[in-house]
Amino acid sequence: MSWSDASGMGLHDLLSHPYMANALLAGIPTAALAGVVGYFMVLRSQVFTGDALGHVAFTGALAALAFGIDARLGLFMSTVAVAGALGLLGNRGRADDVVIGTVFAWILGLGVLALSIYAASPRGTANGAAGVTVLFGSIFGLSFSDAVVASVVAAALLTVMLGVARPLLFASLDEAVAAARGVPVRALGIGFLLVVGGVAAESTQVVGAMLLLGLLAAPAGAAQRLTDRPYPAMALAAGLAVVAMTVGLVGSYLVPKVPPSFAVISVACLIYVITFFVVRRSGGQRPQPPGCRNAQGGTRVA
Amino acid sequence: MVPQLTWNLIEDVRQALVFPFMVNAFRAGAIVAVLSGLVGWFMVLRRQSFAGHTLAVVGFPGAAGATLIGVSATYGLFAFALVAALLIGLVPSTRGRGYSEESAVTGSIQAFALATGFLFVSLYGGFLSGANALLFGSFLGITAGQVRTLLAVAVVAVVALAVIARPLLFASVDPDVARARGVPVRALSVGFLLLLGSAAAEVSQITGTLLVFALLVVPAATAQMWTTGPARSVVITVALGVTVTWLSLLIAYYSPYPIGFFLTTVAFAIYLLSAFLRHTARRAHSRSVVGAR
Repeated sequence: MSWSDASGMGLHDLLSHPYMANALLAGIPTAALAGVVGYFMVLRSQVFTGDALGHVAFTGALAALAFGIDARLGLFMSTVAVAGALGLLGNRGRADDVVIGTVFAWILGLGVLALSIYAASPRGTANGAAGVTVLFGSIFGLSFSDAVVASVVAAALLTVMLGVARPLLFASLDEAVAAARGVPVRALGIGFLLVVGGVAAESTQVVGAMLLLGLLAAPAGAAQRLTDRPYPAMALAAGLAVVAMTVGLVGSYLVPKVPPSFAVISVACLIYVITFFVVRRSGGQRPQPPGCRNAQGGTRVA
Repeated sequence: MVPQLTWNLIEDVRQALVFPFMVNAFRAGAIVAVLSGLVGWFMVLRRQSFAGHTLAVVGFPGAAGATLIGVSATYGLFAFALVAALLIGLVPSTRGRGYSEESAVTGSIQAFALATGFLFVSLYGGFLSGANALLFGSFLGITAGQVRTLLAVAVVAVVALAVIARPLLFASVDPDVARARGVPVRALSVGFLLLLGSAAAEVSQITGTLLVFALLVVPAATAQMWTTGPARSVVITVALGVTVTWLSLLIAYYSPYPIGFFLTTVAFAIYLLSAFLRHTARRAHSRSVVGAR
């Protein structure tokens, strides 16, 4: 399980392994989507909504398994439904954190119940690690058709995001002015949360319900430190997420003991950490080591 | 023989306490509930519940890593939680300058901590059910030694909290005035984070690292709904915490389902009930005021 006995696993025949090709096929569009959506979430201070939807994804997937439905169906239904509910109820993106935490601890508790029901059922005994899989992803376990569906959904959501990018950006940066200018702020907010729900379900398959927050937050945070301009930052967030995904998957392929989701999240967080040093040290305007004009780092939002 | 839950509560408790592991579980639960009630009360007051959650999540790689190198998971939990508390406390506060960035940082740290824990779990291999116990709690197999460790940490933490309670309350309610009066607000804040780290590590051992909210936040949030007086609400918090823990342990003992589910459900049910009662009480109050006019 180390470098030596990884014969036939060199970089040159990386794509000849179907599991690796499938992982990249699903992972790269999902990462690009997560980067763009994550950028808006950081901008709108809704990162914890992503955290909350991760909890919902866990419970949704396991509840579906416990009832013998396809886990993906449970994933998408639960996250999109809860995201819609959050958008309709909480006009405030920043509900009391005590309330959010309490509700989502309970939802996670329900997920634990579903997990134990599933594990005790005849279907579940064959798949004892289902809970861990949902929590931490199993991208190397995707079949070709799974990967195609994942990448088509990611591409569709990405198209939606790019379509609404301009008004959504306006509404996120200055809600009051945007509303005055006739931008449908509330509809955009709800629509955005629905997309976030879809992203949460997508990413759960790739990096797992507990780690999707890293894929959403870290590239977006890094991009915001590197540039103040919204569109380059958005592109950069997507690019960094794709880099993290690709490097992570290849790294995990080369060192099979390292699980892919860990590798992806560590690369994403490493990039974020690097931006802290880059931005603190130097001036300039480029997103590359001769850092950023804004020595305070980060972008001032609002 | 499968134990059956009957309506005779005393008989149920007696039957559960036949086994030493259940006695240990009840003792550990009480210790944890008291400490988490006291620390959690301040945490809710200071609006640091996500710091508490992060500190608990950081305990997961701690516990998994300790198991990997063959040390008791308890030590790993405490070591990681305390180091993380120190780090959070020492990093200059970004307050006023971008809540949005702070949340991105917190989110990344949480995801990275969980990912690292998962790495340790998969390196250890054959440990997958153990991962569930670390994440979602377990009351089986708590040893007398663990209870002693929990008790020792809790006693130290409670004494420390008692020493700083007064200035901490002042600094939490009005940091600016407290600072002007010469209260060492920053030192208190770091000290409190350390206490929070040890409380989160203790709670994790019962609820698992993902469900700490059930004991660390919910009892305090519920109590602060009932009354605003500090002394009274602290007492209610601790009482609620112990009740929730013992009740959940008892139900879990008689059921095939995991303790994490019962802890969160019992805590959440009490919270909802309190919110509902307060809501109706306020309604009735405002109606009677209007009626009196």
